[in-house]
Amino acid sequence: MNFPSKLIEDAVTEISRLPGIGKKTALRLALHLLKQKEAVTESLSQSITKMRTEIKYCSVCHNISDTEVCGICTSMRRDKSTICVVEEIPDVLAIENTSQYNGLYHVLGGVISPIQGIGPDELKIDSLINRVAKVSSGDKVDEVILALPATMEGDTTSFYITRKLKEYGVKVSTIARGIPIGGELEYTDEVTLGRSILTRVNYSAD
Amino acid sequence: MHLKNLQLNQFKNYQSAKLEFSEEINCMVGINGSGKTNLLDAIHYLCLTKSAVNAQDNQNILHDMDFFTVFGEFEMAKNSLEIRCIVESGKKKQIIQNGKAVEKMSDHVGLLPVVMIAPDDTQLIKDGSEERRRFFDNMLCQLDKSYMDNLVRYQHFLKQRNALLKKFGETGRINKALLEPYDLELIKLSKLIAATRQEFVNAYKPLLLEHYADISGKRETIDIHYDTNCTAEDFERQFYQNQSKDLILRRSTMGIHKDDFVFEIDNYPIKKYGSQGQQKSFLIALKLAQFEIFHDKKNTKPILLLDDIFDKLDDLRIEKLMQLVADHRFGQLFITDARPERSAGILKGINAQAKFFKVEQGHVSAWDQ
Ligand SMILES: [Zn+2]
Repeated sequence: MNFPSKLIEDAVTEISRLPGIGKKTALRLALHLLKQKEAVTESLSQSITKMRTEIKYCSVCHNISDTEVCGICTSMRRDKSTICVVEEIPDVLAIENTSQYNGLYHVLGGVISPIQGIGPDELKIDSLINRVAKVSSGDKVDEVILALPATMEGDTTSFYITRKLKEYGVKVSTIARGIPIGGELEYTDEVTLGRSILTRVNYSAD
Repeated sequence: MHLKNLQLNQFKNYQSAKLEFSEEINCMVGINGSGKTNLLDAIHYLCLTKSAVNAQDNQNILHDMDFFTVFGEFEMAKNSLEIRCIVESGKKKQIIQNGKAVEKMSDHVGLLPVVMIAPDDTQLIKDGSEERRRFFDNMLCQLDKSYMDNLVRYQHFLKQRNALLKKFGETGRINKALLEPYDLELIKLSKLIAATRQEFVNAYKPLLLEHYADISGKRETIDIHYDTNCTAEDFERQFYQNQSKDLILRRSTMGIHKDDFVFEIDNYPIKKYGSQGQQKSFLIALKLAQFEIFHDKKNTKPILLLDDIFDKLDDLRIEKLMQLVADHRFGQLFITDARPERSAGILKGINAQAKFFKVEQGHVSAWDQ
């Protein structure tokens, strides 16, 4: 693409670094911003910079937070004996939106994948072990729920964490995987269907 | 099953091309380097989602372009199936069946069985074990979807384990607990895969022996056996025994990626002791046995791709192969030849509908001989 201005070219290059945005869309966005009042673009760039420099991560669960310890970790209404382990921050939002969970979280920041150079040291795994091991603070952890992706890396990570937690006698569970609500059996892939049969649950007619 | 037509865009040396096929014999003629084999390779792509020649999808795009598409319409037993394959550099390869994108390649492989005979690729016999594993894996993947899923998982875990061993070696810090999930998966999958390979070789061997005797017309005896550690009672123990060796070498030394399939002639490895003629007969017998086992298991005759056979085989073997064609043992056939008159002459004697295509530097036209 040839640009009439170096300034536009720089902006397009930067915008197209965002996920899912190609050069064409980037150009469209840049031209849109050009048409806005200066205050609008000023406010946009300030909020991005502010977000980047001032955001904090909860020192306990590693979720995004405006404070040293996040709202979930400090809430009196949450069940502190249960920790749900997730891969990334959006997973916390997804589970929160179900309104079905009232425990705490732990964000690993990824899953183990040696090919990509990601081992336990690159993730918040030790920090999870410490949370479970530390009984002195009064909040004893009874259960760790592993809610990691159903991929080979997710399974490897779950396995590794389970082994690491073994000596603390904590209950370790993993979220169920199966047929989506409203899903037809014949359209469910074989692996999911097979797993659903193997991990079937008692039917309650109450 | 047969392929009705084929359309190429920016595939290998073709800017674009459109072909309508005979459901019996199709013969592509043209000088070497004109792009005859590329047409067979396009068919290979539609059936198996990959090239028979070049494993790098990007390298099959026309020079200086950034994508290719291959489109073909197959007539199946009950319906027709339109397949489109799109490769765009930097993007995930797409296979589209009747307008719907296929999510997993293993859902497509096996649907359209294909066998390719290229007498020159005696690497299968002469080279290391990797070529032979690839040949048998390719067959098993077309026949057994769960085999393919297991193999994909195995290769992935193996790559992860090797990366881990490398990192342990480089940093000097070994975390054995982290090896454990990979060890368990590789052991479990090795056992499953090896059992399937062994079972397959047992069924495949009699067909191979029969075809070799037929195609060679000779009395020497051949044999094939599957060479693996993974079916041993104490495989698991052996795997863990090798762990310290793995840590030193920084790669995995046990598992089905070390297997071989041993080909013998009169009790000697054919690789070293077979003549060129015997090796070619062996290669063709391997492929004909493949054809037969696919026909049997899939209930349809696979598409057969014969690359340059008239040039690379002697008269006796050509005659034997053409006898099978004349006996209508095959289904749809695609043949390439550098000498148009020769193939026209050979195929004239066969009672089958044959269509000829002239290939000139990436251009195809119907040829009325
Ligand atoms: Zn928190």
